[in-house]
Amino acid sequence: MLTKRVIPCLDIKNGRVVKGIKFDDLRDAGDVVALARQYYEEGADEIAMLDITATVENRKTVIGLIKQAAESVFVPILAGGGVRTLSDFEALLEAGADKVSFNTAAVRQPSILTQAADRFGSQAVVIACDTRKKENNEYTVLIEGGRTDSGLELFKWLKEAVERGAGEILLTSWDLDGTQKGYDLELLEKVSNSFSVPLIASGGAGSSDDIADAFLKGKADAALAASIFHFRKYTIKEVKQYLKEKGVEVRL
Amino acid sequence: MIGVVHWGGNIGSLLNALNRISVSYSLVKEPDRIRDFDKLILPGVGNFAAVMDSLKQQGLLEPLLQEILNGIPYLGICVGMQVLLEGSEEAIGVAGLSLVKGICRKFKAKKVPQVGFNSVRSKTRYIENGGFYYFVNSYYCDVMENVSVAIANYEGEFCAALEKSNIFGVQFHPEKSGELGLKFLKDWCYAD
Repeated sequence: MLTKRVIPCLDIKNGRVVKGIKFDDLRDAGDVVALARQYYEEGADEIAMLDITATVENRKTVIGLIKQAAESVFVPILAGGGVRTLSDFEALLEAGADKVSFNTAAVRQPSILTQAADRFGSQAVVIACDTRKKENNEYTVLIEGGRTDSGLELFKWLKEAVERGAGEILLTSWDLDGTQKGYDLELLEKVSNSFSVPLIASGGAGSSDDIADAFLKGKADAALAASIFHFRKYTIKEVKQYLKEKGVEVRL
Repeated sequence: MIGVVHWGGNIGSLLNALNRISVSYSLVKEPDRIRDFDKLILPGVGNFAAVMDSLKQQGLLEPLLQEILNGIPYLGICVGMQVLLEGSEEAIGVAGLSLVKGICRKFKAKKVPQVGFNSVRSKTRYIENGGFYYFVNSYYCDVMENVSVAIANYEGEFCAALEKSNIFGVQFHPEKSGELGLKFLKDWCYAD
């Protein structure tokens, strides 16, 4: 039986792992390669490495760090953050990433998803989407690291992204990111039931229970979390053992 | 020396894994040098037609087929296993190596591709029975009597690994399957 994936996420700035709240107020959380290795050894099913500054300088640093991490991390690496062009995409794959996420660039130029899927296969193309609940209870798609409202409605956009070849959805709730209040379960379930590609839940995990809920109630296929792992609230292994007790199929 | 057939897909992960288990390898570049290798690996994340096209264009298709028929130990990973069959629903009309009977089919599961670690029932010493291996695939090979040596389930059973004399194929990615994956590669590469 296919297991649910637990994915620690390394947000990278100036060569270090950082973590903020609602995409802001960044704190240092450690060494990139050392953390990637540690999480691999603790049983992470995948490791996300995201460039959160998306400057030319940081991009080079991130590529170097992925290259180093890939030499000793033998689970898939998801890379992303500020990926604008097919050559950005390819450079990350060459460095050792197995899949790459598009966010803002795909909203601005949706055809880039089609091109990437044709060239590298849908399994390598992840649509990363930051979303915020509006007062009318609709979800809007945010771009530029959550700073700008694209005006797109979430479900309409995800439908297009999947039709264009995105092989996986990485959905981050802006309202909850870094708050450790739990994922937006209602939203997760609705997205999971609406699309035929795997869903990675992101934004808000504060406990093992939150992660269990993402699977049991939110019907997510994978859960991404940062703060609870970086600040050693739980190890990956502890979380996975807890998930197993709760009846979630995991690799242990 | 192990020859890694590079058809154009991303092979960095496999090479990192081979480095980790201290296996000496080099890429198969010239068709007439394919005979120099002790074993061959065809890795692959990618499209059935793209692999077959690339092998043809590099002039590797015939020499590769000949070497396999001559008995060289061959390991196909993911699409590298699928091309052993006669064809695939992914590329209708494109012939595979046809060393194993059958056609690869598309999953009819609720979510496609299958992405993640799946448990495997195994009767080969290379793969741990009940162990978890990493899969990422939209197409699969049916379970084949006498050929399938490991089976997994994704809303239906499929072939996780096959073995037919000198030919070995795995649907999962050993280079991404953690320590168990590395152990698989090590055992296969170092086997007599």
